[in-house]
Amino acid sequence: MVASSQSGHPGGSLGAVELMAVLYFERLRHRPDEPDWEERDRFVLSNGHICPVLYACLARTGYFPAEELLTFRRIGSRLQGHPSRVDLPGIETSSGPLGQGLSIAVGMALGARMARRASRVYCLVGDGEMQEGQFWEAAMTAGHYRIDGLLLVVSDNGLQIDGEVDKVKRLEPVADKLRAFGWAVESIDGHDVAAIRRALDAGANRSGAPTAVIARTIMGKGVSFMENRSVWHGKAPTLEEARLALEEIGASPAFSDLPFDPVPEGARADA
Amino acid sequence: MPMRSGRDGFGEAMLALGASDPRVVALCADLTEAIRLEAFARAYPGRFVQMGVAEQDMIGTAAGLALSGLIPFAATFAVFAAHRANEQVRMAVCYNRANVKIAVSHGGLSVGEDGATHQALEDIAAMRAMPGMTVLVPADADEAYAATLAAAERTGPVYLRVGRTPVPVVTAGAAPFEVGRARLLAQGEDATIVACGIMVERSLRASELLLARGMRVRVLDMHTVKPLDVDALERAAAETGCLVTAEEHSVLGGLGGAVAEVLAERCPVPLVRVGTRDTFGESGPPDALLEKYGLTPRRIAEAVELAVQRKGEGPAAGGRPQG
Repeated sequence: MVASSQSGHPGGSLGAVELMAVLYFERLRHRPDEPDWEERDRFVLSNGHICPVLYACLARTGYFPAEELLTFRRIGSRLQGHPSRVDLPGIETSSGPLGQGLSIAVGMALGARMARRASRVYCLVGDGEMQEGQFWEAAMTAGHYRIDGLLLVVSDNGLQIDGEVDKVKRLEPVADKLRAFGWAVESIDGHDVAAIRRALDAGANRSGAPTAVIARTIMGKGVSFMENRSVWHGKAPTLEEARLALEEIGASPAFSDLPFDPVPEGARADA
Repeated sequence: MPMRSGRDGFGEAMLALGASDPRVVALCADLTEAIRLEAFARAYPGRFVQMGVAEQDMIGTAAGLALSGLIPFAATFAVFAAHRANEQVRMAVCYNRANVKIAVSHGGLSVGEDGATHQALEDIAAMRAMPGMTVLVPADADEAYAATLAAAERTGPVYLRVGRTPVPVVTAGAAPFEVGRARLLAQGEDATIVACGIMVERSLRASELLLARGMRVRVLDMHTVKPLDVDALERAAAETGCLVTAEEHSVLGGLGGAVAEVLAERCPVPLVRVGTRDTFGESGPPDALLEKYGLTPRRIAEAVELAVQRKGEGPAAGGRPQG
C-alpha cells in the first residue's frame, strides 16, 4: 500500500500488526457486512497515520475489496492518508491529529453505558502521542468514571519522528502514570500473540476500571532494515525495498492477488 | 419588559429536551451554573457528564457520544470551545460530521469584568469557517430556547452562542424560528440593519432613534450566521439599497464579514459594519464596554446614516473610513 502510493507510514503500521490482527480477526465483535450494527465493539485508531494496518484488517475481514487497498492516498480514494469516517465503512472515527482518540473512545464507552449496550471500545495509541495533553485529560476522565469496557492499547515502540521518545520528551513511567489515573495496566510484548490475547481478555472481563495494555513493539517489525529506525515513521520504501520487505515478512504470495500499479518512485519527494 | 438572558432560555430548553428526547445528553466543563445546566444535571444525572476543566477532552467525548447515536450538547464559554478546542471541533466534530451541539455563553464584551481573556470576539469567525458547521446566535431568551430545540432537531454540528446578560425579549411577535431564515423585526425601506445576538435589541432601539429623524429602517434578526439567509439579504439590498451589520464580535469574519461576502458577490450596495475592530476587549461593566467599543444604538444609527449617505454617492464612494 505504502510503496504503491509512494507515501505513508510503514514503521508504526508494521509494529502494530499482531495487535491489530488479534483485535480484528479474533476479539472484536463486529459484522463487516453490517458496519453500523449497533451492538458492535468499537475500535478507535488514535494514531491515524498507521492506517495502512487498519485498512488491511478492514479489507481482509470483508469491509471492502482488497484491491481497493492500492488506492491508498490516491485522489478520489476512500482510503485517505489518515482515516476518514464519512468516507470508509468500518472507520468509527476520523483520526490523525494525535492525542484525540482516547477522548472519542471514552465518549463511545459512555454512550454504550447510557444505552446499556455491552459494546466494548478499543483504542490504539502510539506512545509518542501521549505527549499530547488531551490524552491525559481523557485518561483522567476514564479513570474518574471507572469506565470498564474501555481498553486502551499502547503501541510502545519508543520512537517518534524526531528520535527516541526518551530523548525527545520522556514519558516513562507510563504504567505508573496510568495506574495513578485509575487504570488497570497490563504490560506485554506486543508481538506475542498469546500475550496479546491474555491481556485483552483480562481487560475485557474487568469491571470497575478501564484497562491499558502497554504493548512493547518494534517499529518496522519483521523488516530488518526498518526495525527500530525512526526514519521509517513516515517514509515510503522504494519498490525494491518493498519487494525485499515483503520477502522478509514472507507475505508476498498473500499480496499477489492485488493489481500492483505503483506511483513512480520519487514522484512524491515531499517531506 | 422582562429581562432574561440567552443562557436562561438555553437552560430551560435543555430541560424540555431532556424530557422529550432520551438521546439528548449534556456535557459541561466545570461551568454548570454559568451555562444554566444545573436543572438538567439534577433532572437527568445519567445523561449529564461533568468533564472538569478539560474542554478539548469534552469536545472529543461529545463526538464519541454522538457517534454512538446520542445528541450531546457540550457547553462552556465561547473562548474555550471555539478557540481552546478549535482543532477538536474541526476533526472530532466537523470532519466526522458528528451530531454534536456546541453550546456557549460568554461570547463578546458583555462578559464584562473578567476582561479580554474571556471575551470571545473571534469565535463566530472561527466556527463559521468549519466545513458543515451551523452557527446560531440567538437574540434573546425566547429565541435561545427555540434555537436550542432547533439545534437538537438538526442533524450535524451546531455552534450555539447564547447571551450572558439579560436583555428584553424582542422576538416574541416574530415569525416562528427557523434555522437559516432571518426574522423580520421591523419594516423599513431606507436601510436594513442585519444583527445577531444582543445587538438585535440594540438595533431595534437604533431604528427607533432613526424613526424620530424620519427614517424607516428594516431590522433583520440574523440568528443563523451560517447558513446565511441570502434571499433576505438580496431582498434587503434591492428594496432598501444599503445595509448595516451589528454584532458583539469582531467585524472580521463574523456576521459583518459574512454579509459583506454575499453583498460583494451578488448585490453590491453600501455596507457599514458595526462590531469590534481588530482588537481585544478589556475589563469593565458590560454596558460601559459596549459603549466604549461602539456597540450602542446611537452608533448603529450613525452607521445607518453613513450607509444611507453612501447610497446617494454611487459606486465611487468606497474610500471613506468606516465606523
